[in-house]
Amino acid sequence: MDSAVDIVEIAPRTESAPGGPSFATRRRIEGWLLVLPALLLILGLSIFPLIQSFALSFQRWDLQSQEHPFVGLQNYRDVVFDARVWGALQNTGIIVVGAVVMEFLLGLGLALLFAGDFTGKRFAMPILMLPVMVVPIVVGLTWRMLWDNQYGAINQTLSWVLGRDVNIIWLAHRDSALFAMIVTDIWQWTPFMFLVLLAALSSVNPELYEAAALDGAGWWQNLRDVSLPGIAKVVAVAILFRALDAFKIFDLVYMFTQGGPGTATESISWYIYQLGFKFFRLGYASAVSFTVVILMTILATLYVARFVRGTEA
Amino acid sequence: MSAVTSHAGTLPRPQLHIRTASRRDPWRGVRTVLRYTVLLIVLVFCLFPILWVVATSVKLPSEYLRNPPVWIPEHPTLVHFGNVMAQKGNLALKNSVIISTGATIFSMLVGSLAAYSLARLDTGGRHFAFWLLSQRLMPPVVLVVPFFLLLRDLGRINPALGLDSHAALIALYTVFNLPFVIWMMRSYFAAVPAEIEESALVDGATRLKAFRGITLPLAVPGLIATGTFAFIFSWMEFLFAVVFTRTKAVTLPVAIAGFSGSQGSNWGQASALAVVAMLPVFGLAMLVQRHFVRGLTLGAVRG
Repeated sequence: MDSAVDIVEIAPRTESAPGGPSFATRRRIEGWLLVLPALLLILGLSIFPLIQSFALSFQRWDLQSQEHPFVGLQNYRDVVFDARVWGALQNTGIIVVGAVVMEFLLGLGLALLFAGDFTGKRFAMPILMLPVMVVPIVVGLTWRMLWDNQYGAINQTLSWVLGRDVNIIWLAHRDSALFAMIVTDIWQWTPFMFLVLLAALSSVNPELYEAAALDGAGWWQNLRDVSLPGIAKVVAVAILFRALDAFKIFDLVYMFTQGGPGTATESISWYIYQLGFKFFRLGYASAVSFTVVILMTILATLYVARFVRGTEA
Repeated sequence: MSAVTSHAGTLPRPQLHIRTASRRDPWRGVRTVLRYTVLLIVLVFCLFPILWVVATSVKLPSEYLRNPPVWIPEHPTLVHFGNVMAQKGNLALKNSVIISTGATIFSMLVGSLAAYSLARLDTGGRHFAFWLLSQRLMPPVVLVVPFFLLLRDLGRINPALGLDSHAALIALYTVFNLPFVIWMMRSYFAAVPAEIEESALVDGATRLKAFRGITLPLAVPGLIATGTFAFIFSWMEFLFAVVFTRTKAVTLPVAIAGFSGSQGSNWGQASALAVVAMLPVFGLAMLVQRHFVRGLTLGAVRG
């Protein structure tokens, strides 16, 4: 295969070389060979453990028992009646909704602010990106110190602003601790929303704005009729990604409250971690995991069907 | 398109643009002031916590445990850095470097081959690509229990592969990074024109040779960006690290979290180690600034 003539012979995909498989078949085999290492790793270290975990969720597997008897749907029945599961899901839901909504609104506001050119933009952009790049555990440590009622800057700043002594023990109560986690998440992840939305805004066809200007559209009409429809799909994907990510919240719970007081601020990841590695109820932990995965898959599928597929712009 | 064009058809046109042009000017000054005020608040909000942890790392306990708090260190000291690195900082830093580097190399090697196959040979089609992506969206805590049992069993055969080993975290982070690497590299490979490579194939080059000789060099910027992200993700991971390490393979986030507990305990040392963990990421982030949006959305959004 080294002359120009071969091009003519090879170009049609179905042409078979003498004595060998067709070009298309060879292409396919080559393709799968290149994917194989990745596929084996994912099957071995992701799919296989998942299947194992599924099997585990039908067994009683705890530290006391040497045997791991099959108990059918017992674990799943326990999940339904486990108030800690629903408490943890509720906390996680509050954090996800509170954080993602605020991140979207603030990110959109910032993106609109940054859509034009202005002096200092190149200086401000890298600083705005910094929070995303801080190691999450470091974020937890830093804000743990900031929220501290005695030694933290937040109570101190509030005292200045309000002109009276503020001494809120943020992390000792459920509502204020969840609020603290939401604010901290907003600090770290608003830049993500901002960057994504800014990229989307700058890819909206400028002719659309020109056409709108000819029609006398003001700032608000521009936003509602040109910008937002233009970025709808990116917004839908960005919110999905951020929500799925926020749902995993673990590091902040670990650093802020360890789920306390009592179990008041547990996230679902935290509770599963406790089940597995404090109580060593591995079977039950697997059942809770699977319940969560099923719930999440349903929610994500509904979301994709409603918002991502339908907004082809 | 639709919103505006349909809009345009229904509105009367004459002279409206002149009115908007004159209307816009008086607001310019107000908007500039507003813009810079908001900008200043946002920048302070972004920077303040980072400066706070840096400041705490050079404060003595008498300063960081004072009420009301001292913002600017009065007697800056590096004593916490010395202490924390001598105790467990050095080991944690070394472990973090080994594990993140190992995971980056393996996920880039394996992931790039797969990404190339997906981009050029369309292996498995779109469904396969999305299935790979969906691996990344699963909450990692789901895999913690089966991984734990797997590593415990492997450790009985060979302790270097079991719990608290470098190899275990390298393998887990490699798999954890793969969907990301494949999706990112797929979009970078797809951007390299297929024609150059095809002419080499016709000239008798093997697929692997064409990949190594032509497409790979052209995708180097993407390779660097993706590798940097893979490194950063491994560097930051906490859940797997805290469950699967005890003493030998403890990474920086686990060591930092080890200081948490009672109020104010060892905040100086914790902050010093936090600064050690944080600064390399800032350095690396500068490398990939241009690829930021793409990286954070697994290639779903081009920045």
